[in-house]
Amino acid sequence: MVNKLVFENLRHRPLRTLLTVLAIGLQVTLVLTIVGLTRGLVESSAARNRGVGADIIIRPPGTSIIGMSSAPMSEGMVKFGEKQPHVAIAQGVVMHGIGGLESIAGIDLGRFSSMAGGLRYLSGGPLEQKSDILIDENYAAQRKLKVGNLVDLANQKWTVRGIVESGKLGKMFVDKAYLQEVTSNTGKISLVYLKLDDPKNIPAVIASLKEQLKDYPIYSMEEFLSYLTPGQIPGVTPFIGVLIGLSIIFGFLVVFLAMYTAVLERTREIGILKALGATSYYVMAMLIRETVVLALIGAVFGILMTFAARAAILAFVPSSLPVVMVPDWWPIAGLISLAGAILGALYPGLKAARQDTIEALAYE
Amino acid sequence: MNNPDPILLARDLRKDFRVGDVDVHALRGVNLQVQRGEFLAIVGHSGSGKSTLFNILGGLTAPTSGTVILDGRDLRAMGEAERAKLRKTSIGFVFQKYNLLPTLSAGDNIELARSLAGLSGSPRDPHFEEALEMLGIRNRLHHKPRALSGGEQQRVAIARAIVNNPALLLADEPTGNLDTENSTVVLGLLRELNERIGQTIVMITHNPEAAAYAHRVERMKDGVIIVGA
Repeated sequence: MVNKLVFENLRHRPLRTLLTVLAIGLQVTLVLTIVGLTRGLVESSAARNRGVGADIIIRPPGTSIIGMSSAPMSEGMVKFGEKQPHVAIAQGVVMHGIGGLESIAGIDLGRFSSMAGGLRYLSGGPLEQKSDILIDENYAAQRKLKVGNLVDLANQKWTVRGIVESGKLGKMFVDKAYLQEVTSNTGKISLVYLKLDDPKNIPAVIASLKEQLKDYPIYSMEEFLSYLTPGQIPGVTPFIGVLIGLSIIFGFLVVFLAMYTAVLERTREIGILKALGATSYYVMAMLIRETVVLALIGAVFGILMTFAARAAILAFVPSSLPVVMVPDWWPIAGLISLAGAILGALYPGLKAARQDTIEALAYE
Repeated sequence: MNNPDPILLARDLRKDFRVGDVDVHALRGVNLQVQRGEFLAIVGHSGSGKSTLFNILGGLTAPTSGTVILDGRDLRAMGEAERAKLRKTSIGFVFQKYNLLPTLSAGDNIELARSLAGLSGSPRDPHFEEALEMLGIRNRLHHKPRALSGGEQQRVAIARAIVNNPALLLADEPTGNLDTENSTVVLGLLRELNERIGQTIVMITHNPEAAAYAHRVERMKDGVIIVGA
């Protein structure tokens, strides 16, 4: 019967129920979208790195896993890499940041294509002029760019020469030498990729490189990809922590207001229940149960809204915000909404439970 | 003369409370005895203390001093939780404003009382089935209170009050919100319940015509029952 009472209470005030569910749902959507975005950024980065086709990565000394957008290494490192036993192809790339998380990749198209197995052109073709640029399909869709369009990046005008399938190194490719020139980084690169004659030789080559280049972070591609987690992006873990805290506070406030109003509205009904013999515990438990139902429906609603949010984000900014669904976070987001909701229901619940029966029955 | 086995016994009941800066002595030594199966009306004007007496007899509040024994149990010695337990098993309430939960159907309002008493799912007392027929609301049980007339709502409230076979049915101005026709029906039903299934009833009213349906009438004034009135 208490379940029926809870259900009928929710049904009796449809607007309040709907608004509360919507607010809790938004809280869940926010958490899932932010977490999905951080994971999406990392996953797309991992996919693009895998797409390079390299077996070993040499990064500049003192750089983090995710850090990019500078060219602090000498291009001589490529030649050094090429001379190592079992190295089939070596290439150096320049990653030049253009704001936010975006960067332009300066590549030697021939070497890059050899290592990556070639770029797949969806329209247009390879770089021809120094100021040509290749862009991936997502960036083209987001910026509504077509072959032949001019695009202004890094204080330069670039002509879109081709649109390529996404998933290899970056979203924008230009000639490495020209990028070095226009960014005053002549002779400098950001990364060195090595492809070996046989993957079995990876451990031996890495050991040899580490012996010779003591300050350089050197990884096999598999090891590098295993480090690519949201936690490796500077500030992401505390950011998600703050987000969860804010979500709990948001849920607390929403449910507090909703349940406080509900308790005031239902003062007389609470008096009736207590007159019929309902204990303070029963009244409190009824309101908490109602809150739990609201939080659970809100969580489900929030998950559904996350699908809609993702679809909208991918429709408008598929390149900048590669948000993914994170089903493993659904129960966590549900628990976050539940925690906020229960905290929000405690005071109204106690107020209801402590209601004087006679005063409550006299309430108009 | 005192009956050796009254279902309700009140001795020297006093209730004092404070309203703002004023001390109110709502009950000033009420003595009352109700026999099992009796239909008693307590009549008094506004401010006579009859509602306070109703609240104490119903276990809704504790007296300042004095004794109330209902069906062998002393209410004064009980805490809030024990009084709540007593209310769900031994006392049925009929209020002036019906006090049905608006979110539940009439039938669910009745079931709620059974559920609170821990009787949900068990077969209903045959006396209750008889009473339900008598109340004439069997075909109205699926309706929400807002779809029922005042008379129907009060009949549902009576059904809810007796569904757990309480030792005492307490009615507070049960016809206060009803027109003459429905008042007559409700009072007649209370009397019939008393006579046919032996339900003990204490009814509080300011209306002498309503009180006339009871077997016995006690009058209250200034917080006491007037002896020999």
